[in-house]
Amino acid sequence: MRENYEAVIGLEIHCQLATATKIFCNCPNTFGAHPNANVCPVCLGMPGVLPVLNAKALEYAIKAALALNCTIAPLSKFDRKQYFYPDLPKNYQISQYDLPLATNGWLTIYTEEGREKRIGITRLHMEEDAGKLVHAGSDRLAGSSYSLVDYNRAGVPLCEIVSEPDMRSGAEAAAYAQELRRILRYLGVCDGNMQEGSLRCDVNVSVRPKGSSKLGTKVEIKNMNSFNAIQRAIDYEIDRQVAAIEAGERIVQETRLWEENSQRTITMRVKEGSSDYRYFPEPDLPPIVLTAAQIEAYRSALPELPRQKRQRYQLEYGLNAYEANLIADDRSVAEFFEAVVATGAEPKPAFNWIMGDITAYLNENKLKITEIPLTPAALGEMLQLIADQTISTKIAKDLLPELLSQPLAGTVKDLVAAKGLKVMTGAELEAIVTEVINSHPKEVEQYRAGKTKLLGFFVGQVMKRTQGKAEPQTTNDLIKAKLEN
Amino acid sequence: MIDRAQVAHVANLARLQLAEAEVEIFAKQLNDILQYVEQLNQLDPQLEGVEPTTRAIEGTIPTRPDAIRQMVDPEALLNCAAAREDTFFRVPQILG
Repeated sequence: MRENYEAVIGLEIHCQLATATKIFCNCPNTFGAHPNANVCPVCLGMPGVLPVLNAKALEYAIKAALALNCTIAPLSKFDRKQYFYPDLPKNYQISQYDLPLATNGWLTIYTEEGREKRIGITRLHMEEDAGKLVHAGSDRLAGSSYSLVDYNRAGVPLCEIVSEPDMRSGAEAAAYAQELRRILRYLGVCDGNMQEGSLRCDVNVSVRPKGSSKLGTKVEIKNMNSFNAIQRAIDYEIDRQVAAIEAGERIVQETRLWEENSQRTITMRVKEGSSDYRYFPEPDLPPIVLTAAQIEAYRSALPELPRQKRQRYQLEYGLNAYEANLIADDRSVAEFFEAVVATGAEPKPAFNWIMGDITAYLNENKLKITEIPLTPAALGEMLQLIADQTISTKIAKDLLPELLSQPLAGTVKDLVAAKGLKVMTGAELEAIVTEVINSHPKEVEQYRAGKTKLLGFFVGQVMKRTQGKAEPQTTNDLIKAKLEN
Repeated sequence: MIDRAQVAHVANLARLQLAEAEVEIFAKQLNDILQYVEQLNQLDPQLEGVEPTTRAIEGTIPTRPDAIRQMVDPEALLNCAAAREDTFFRVPQILG
């Protein structure tokens, strides 16, 4: 049944900008402060106050827009969006309506089939966040006799980023949201913490018969606080709408809530038309005017973005698409990787060590790669010692916990020497091989009689006596040479 | 023309309760205001080629540095409220 339908999905993402202060006043922009500790007459909407735009908030919004390939408007303005609800102290929200900061962007996702797909971005605009309500006497609005308001969040700078309806599945929508967050984090303009609400995602979903170009009635879904929830909520909603249409029902334009516990969407409210917000230009804030030169200056200051890194890692470093995606996911990890490669290390082993043992250690200890004593230079040196067979991979693995947890006094080479972990080769190794062979005459006889599988036994004995320091290939060669002579 | 239905709709959005007679009065007053502003349309020929504006004063948006500075004690602001509970603002029942 579902295969006869096509879903059309668009996302509206609100991201809180990681500024020190709010968008129009000097109050701190911090999550988790004591209720109403971060308020002042401006963000409480007291009479006679004047909002003044935070320069950093504007800068962050412009950077985000440029990284999303948007066109920045040479002139944009703020508007008042009117609605009456206690989370809004002024009874209007300062937002942008008909002249947003930026329009016409795109980003690229990878579909489940591994194809690149471009998702359009309709617009990006700036606005202020609203406060938070606590409904007393009930965990729900309907049952409470009064409500408590915390305005710490009122006036936190937001970017609203609206996509084109270019996505066709829950997985594509989740991939879009993930790539968007990755870009914002690369820029350092939003921490992207969905649990704390610094990145919030509203989804519009409609379905239509395959081949039809007419859009179905769209339903908005809210309240998803993970990428996984976005995917599941959309897939649930597609099934619900298809089933309703198949049953001859009409889809109602409404807002639905994703319920994590029951894994379904439920009706929240029937949607108001946008004209009900009675937008008008914000008289207290003159227009934002940006020159081409200013915009270019911002553009040239953008860091290398995830997609560029992924492409470069495949072209220059020979990583495959999967590996490139993995290591470019987090900017600090990607930069660590690049710094290791810059020491002359081979990209592939560098990738394996970072995404393997090092990532495991970071996850286990809830640390970021920038928070450990191990430097890219030290890892690069360790990889060099493996490459020139000064140490074995096994020794390196034994060495790593110390490098990850303790600052390195000298070089990795010094540490290897101090611990006596250097690979054993040459005369020293030959002596031990001879010793092993001489002390196992029975096995030597069996080997020479054709039981060549015993080679492993001899190698094991040598490793035991050298505590794993014997260079494996040389050990093999030496034993064979001695047994077969 | 603003009709009674529009007045009632806007009043509803603004959470205003109007008596029937008031709807009548406001519809008339709002129409008078619109007609007054409408006179500007007589200037149309002179305004040919003039860009619409949203404000009377020229200029672009001033910005401030992103530095924390709280001038007023939040406690004093909470005390301005009609009702408070701990450090929350307390508001009446939202949905009846």
